[in-house]
Amino acid sequence: MPRVVTVLGDDISTDVIYPGRYMATVLPSETPQFAFADHAELNAKLKGKQIPPGSVLVGGQNFGCGSSREQATSTLKGHELVIVASSFARIFLQNSINLGLRIVTAPGIEAAVGDELELEADAVVNRTSGKRYPIVPLPAARQAIIDAGGLIAFTKRRLVAERGGAAG
Amino acid sequence: MGMTVAEKILARASGRPATRAGDVVEPAVDLAMSHENAALVMNQFRAIFEGTGLEAKPWDPTKIAVIFDHRVPAESPKTATNQKRIREFVVLQGIERFHDVRGDTGGICHQVLPEYGYVRPGQVVVGTDSHTTSHGALGAFAFGIGATEMASVWALGYALNIEVPATIQVVVEGDFPSHVGPKDLILHLIGRLTAQGANFRCIEFHGGTIRRMSTSGRLTLCNMTVEAGATAGIVPADDETLRYLREEAGVEEPTALVTPDADATYVETIHIDVGKLEPQIACPHTVDNVKPVGAVAGQRVDQIVIGSCTNGRLDDLAVAADILRGKKVAPRTRMLVFPASARIYAQALDKGYVADLVRAGAVVMNAGCGPCLGVHEGALGDGEVALSTTNRNFKGRMGNPTADVYLCSPAVAAASAVTGVITDPRIGPRTGGN
Ligand code: SF4
Repeated sequence: MPRVVTVLGDDISTDVIYPGRYMATVLPSETPQFAFADHAELNAKLKGKQIPPGSVLVGGQNFGCGSSREQATSTLKGHELVIVASSFARIFLQNSINLGLRIVTAPGIEAAVGDELELEADAVVNRTSGKRYPIVPLPAARQAIIDAGGLIAFTKRRLVAERGGAAG
Repeated sequence: MGMTVAEKILARASGRPATRAGDVVEPAVDLAMSHENAALVMNQFRAIFEGTGLEAKPWDPTKIAVIFDHRVPAESPKTATNQKRIREFVVLQGIERFHDVRGDTGGICHQVLPEYGYVRPGQVVVGTDSHTTSHGALGAFAFGIGATEMASVWALGYALNIEVPATIQVVVEGDFPSHVGPKDLILHLIGRLTAQGANFRCIEFHGGTIRRMSTSGRLTLCNMTVEAGATAGIVPADDETLRYLREEAGVEEPTALVTPDADATYVETIHIDVGKLEPQIACPHTVDNVKPVGAVAGQRVDQIVIGSCTNGRLDDLAVAADILRGKKVAPRTRMLVFPASARIYAQALDKGYVADLVRAGAVVMNAGCGPCLGVHEGALGDGEVALSTTNRNFKGRMGNPTADVYLCSPAVAAASAVTGVITDPRIGPRTGGN
């Protein structure tokens, strides 16, 4: 069962997730090294592969606010983290759907580092505290992008349908 | 049932007679803007075409704009190489709305787009930059998207799965007291709404104060609506918009205005009287941590920054020059000024503002984003304090997570430059040469 590796507060900005000075790095494969670069301990753990894939990062409200930089999404995706938060900022939410970063909106979520979280279809259950937090589902249109395997695949299909060509 | 401006624009762009808040639409895009992150968009764009057998061509290169601003001139070989690749791409694809690193036509994307008449009322504008909300100042529906979503727009010509936002109506009345202006208004509004109070919503500005406000002031307002989480901010286009387009952007052809219906539905209406508004400061480390200047007056400042897409326009530089003319920047304080565009830089030279600022001790830098996002120049030392007319004060925003960034208007920034501490411009050093 996934464990909580860090708990962050409200309004965690993309400047905190992926500082602007690393934005010249555009290849998604190169962004993970800079995740939480100004948060030395967390960054070192992530880089040192001490955090198993599927681990949960718990945020408060308005997670991912600020800039539209997609590196803030690819850097977390690169570590295969799952983000559970009370709410997400719009552009970050859309980027996560587009790139396939797993995000879960569970209003009021409370957890401590080390807690075990079970991600059910309609709720997040904190096995350590015994509390259950209902999930706000994504709008259907957004779910369609996830189901297609991300926005590249989704748009590829559209493009082929509109302009002809081979289905990718 | 009537429609808001957002509902009308999205209805037109998605070929429907009407839309309602909550509808999901795929609006045709009139203008698609990127800056240096076009390097990432290009990669994703090619990935979309991979394996399809189709040639990787954008739907309409005349509707794409690429502006170099975040790191100009390039601060590293990596950026320089990204810029080089983008340059090659715009030539290959025939993208003519390209603004390179130049002292005559360059500048920050959110300034260049209106200046060159690329943005028009009623358009759908998308940009790979969260402050794309700025362009709502001209009555467009403009919002920020990620690089992969932009690649999708380049391929298809429309945005996918856009929820028509519910709209918050903000009605502003009264005359600004002296040394108080649009930046104070928007900081005050963000403080009231909170950093997420307008998430997934549009903010539509109304009232006499807005009607009398210049397009420059409206750009400041719409620019920062995203700091309350808004998808877009809109000032319905009016005579001032037409004046701006004609006189400042050189747009000759007639422009249709999109105005909201009288019976449009708003989720919330907020009334603000600016007659008694005080200068506002957003304190570290969130933009909604807003206080009147008196609450933090006296705070030591190591670096003053005047510029950015929020407050780097000619009227902003005029305010700063008026306060600093014949005075000196405090000895232990640095002052950095970066005009929002090359055109503004030239105008500020002609008006003598640059000379006033330089003689006072300010460092006037090239047009562009400068220190705003902490990647390029003007970084802060450990524990230092910046007072800035930019739009974000998040931890690490100016390149150093141990530094503090306070946000304010150009008047507060300039008055504080003279004293070296946060200063109320209504009390602090007066305009003029004593
Ligand atoms: S000036 Fe600052 S906020 Fe504006 S586009 Fe540049 S980096 Fe972004």
